[in-house]
Amino acid sequence: MERVQCLELIYPEIEDKLVVTIMGACAQELYDLGHRENFFYLQHAMGLASSIGLGLASHLPHEKVIVLDGDGSALMNLGTFTTLARYRPRNLLHIIFDNGSLLSTGGFESHTTSGVTDLAAIARGAGIEHAAAVDSPLAFGEAFVEAMERDDLGVIVARVDAVGPDNYGMDFALPENAFRFKRCVQERRAATGWEPPPQPGHAGSA
Amino acid sequence: MTVSYENSKAVFDGIKAAGIRSISALPETWLGLLLQRAEDDPEVDLIQVAKEEEAVGIAAGAYFAGEPHILLMQNHGFFAAMNGIISLAQLYSVPLCMLIAVRGHWGEPYPWHTRGGIVTEGLLQALNIPYHHARDPALVAREIAEAYTLSQSSLSPVALLLTRDLMEV
Repeated sequence: MERVQCLELIYPEIEDKLVVTIMGACAQELYDLGHRENFFYLQHAMGLASSIGLGLASHLPHEKVIVLDGDGSALMNLGTFTTLARYRPRNLLHIIFDNGSLLSTGGFESHTTSGVTDLAAIARGAGIEHAAAVDSPLAFGEAFVEAMERDDLGVIVARVDAVGPDNYGMDFALPENAFRFKRCVQERRAATGWEPPPQPGHAGSA
Repeated sequence: MTVSYENSKAVFDGIKAAGIRSISALPETWLGLLLQRAEDDPEVDLIQVAKEEEAVGIAAGAYFAGEPHILLMQNHGFFAAMNGIISLAQLYSVPLCMLIAVRGHWGEPYPWHTRGGIVTEGLLQALNIPYHHARDPALVAREIAEAYTLSQSSLSPVALLLTRDLMEV
């Protein structure tokens, strides 16, 4: 199974959700399917996509937040499973594409390649009740549908091939993505009747 | 030496007076009484992390969500968060308001804190992170509000350093 197949499968469902994706191939494949203002591409800081997702989900209970992670990134922040389990944001779905490889940096095998490290078992051991491991498009699709219907924190570990796109590039600078993503999030929040909190220390003049 | 109950309260009250209701933190001795207050206060949302770098991601999520947020950590936690600070906050112009307990500096009796205490300011300078030492409980509320304001206006990490003078009695 290829990661891009999984992304194609869920794209119609996630294109209107708040999506945080990791760097490299995963970011590019999502972008190539069609950028949306509600997509944030974390092109560095490996491991923190799930933490950004937690920050979004815990402050925006009316949104469904989708995190697209990878084995290499997840292995850099295993503590995130314990933090997610403890605070259990019910509107967060954490998808980990496990290609057993540090593909974006030369394709070195990650710790999951040998088969001895099981990320879904780690997630369960951390206390996340709903953690599925899948290795076919059908199983992935089923796990995704179940997770979206369930009002609870979910992890899906999808075993995928270590392949990515041929070309890389996006038509905006990284801070621009952050500015536009924030604007989009706030407009959606405003549409639900939310008022921005007063800015502390604001004197009302320049 | 013990942690100051009164001054921990002054810092916590300062956070609330600045309009901040969302906190991410990794507990440490000087922050203990402060975090206990945060945990007990129904108005305050506290997310305790397993490692401080997670808090940078959580802070970014809170910022995108439009929720005023503050990070509480020890200086050694600041070291552990460094790549997130550089490659998320600074790279993407995401503000961070960090309250950092500076262990291992003037008067430090514990050897294990000292190496970190010695390098903290140099690392803040290397990262171009503006910082200020909070020493006086009468001023700390204003200093917290100012740190938060600068982080938001500069879209950058800002550090308010909680000193021994403030946190111990």
